[in-house]
Amino acid sequence: MPKLKMHHASPRIDMTPMVDLFTLLLTFFMLTTSFKPTEAVIVDTPNSISEKTAPDKNIMMIYISKDNKIYFNVDNGLDSTTHVRVKVLEEMGKQYGVTFTAKEKAEFEKLGSFGVPMKDMKSWIDAKDGVEREKYNTGIPCDTANNYKDNQLNKWVLYSRFHNQGIEAAVKGDGDAKYETAKIVFDILLENKLSRFNLTTNMEKVEIKLGDYKGK
Amino acid sequence: MAEIIANEGGGKKGHGKKRAKKHSTHIDMTPMVDLMSLLITFFMLTTAFSKPKIMEIVLPDNSEVDTSKGPEIEAKRTLNLILSGDDKVYYYVGKPPQNDKDVEATRVNLMKTDYSKDGIRKIVLKMNMLLYEKVDSATQEVITGKTKISQDSLLSLVKIYKKKDKRGPIVMIKSDKKAKYRNIVDVIDEMAICNVARYAIVDINEFELKLLETAPK
Repeated sequence: MPKLKMHHASPRIDMTPMVDLFTLLLTFFMLTTSFKPTEAVIVDTPNSISEKTAPDKNIMMIYISKDNKIYFNVDNGLDSTTHVRVKVLEEMGKQYGVTFTAKEKAEFEKLGSFGVPMKDMKSWIDAKDGVEREKYNTGIPCDTANNYKDNQLNKWVLYSRFHNQGIEAAVKGDGDAKYETAKIVFDILLENKLSRFNLTTNMEKVEIKLGDYKGK
Repeated sequence: MAEIIANEGGGKKGHGKKRAKKHSTHIDMTPMVDLMSLLITFFMLTTAFSKPKIMEIVLPDNSEVDTSKGPEIEAKRTLNLILSGDDKVYYYVGKPPQNDKDVEATRVNLMKTDYSKDGIRKIVLKMNMLLYEKVDSATQEVITGKTKISQDSLLSLVKIYKKKDKRGPIVMIKSDKKAKYRNIVDVIDEMAICNVARYAIVDINEFELKLLETAPK
């Protein structure tokens, strides 16, 4: 008789511990997740040995793409109620004679990096999705000639600094971009009295064996 | 456990009332598990695990300084690196040429190298060996526990070493129009690896460009 009883046992597996574990994992991932920000351009950064992690707030980022176009992004600083991003946009609008509606400003605050000249800014914000936005990303003009007259990157940096004094600057350049382009960006940062800034890189460990170098 | 054995109290079979209550309290958790696995997968894939790293650079603020009269630096200590296209680096020790006659004199010293560990690193490290060993031994002592100081005070110690350094190279990083952004990052990184105390990114002058025209390919 005991044999028969075995067959009657329920084939159900007790899933409770599994559920417990899953809940734990889920909570962990939900809390630690910081979403990869959507970026207008894919940048393959060069390597360095630096172990400092990039700050994720209070930063303005200048991207240099592979084809030497310049993109820009500025966040709202430490306190998002200050709406730095919108203020900077308003200021830029004033300079280039573009007015933005309240809806456009709210939309702009949600968007990430951009490489749009001011004349296309309105259509870029109004575009319904990322694919449509793509075509406006022709790079931010930063002509160093004419005494920085049509140097929009310079203005973006200037107004970002004006509305958030403590902001840090970072340059995220593609390894294959020309140094010339990077030099223009560096010059603009210097022009704005930002002689100390960060370059975004990938970490790569390097070990030195002194013996290899000591001979001779 | 959520599963309650249905046969509990089987001895009271005779009572009809109790029987009606004998519903299984077991909840089928499979859909819940399904959903959770889905969510976990989603969060795992979207998590940005490796945060990007940054490298700090400080550029000389030359807006208020008269650049024609830079600080006097020992020519022997000055290592000029000129970054060029195709991952080539030219280097020479000494003062940058200021006229055509200098160009001829410097041409003899001009050498070509690359970014590999036997290239530029060997040259820089050889010039900076004294400081490098000093920093390295201090770091090793902290790692092995010989000296017990915190990471921060080690960093400030290294800073002091670098400040006091009187014999290491002063590296002038220049670049022509063919250089890539990667090259400049590599060189600055190399400075960090070799613990070079003094380096600066400066503009290339016209005589150096002339020098490059006839440089070995």
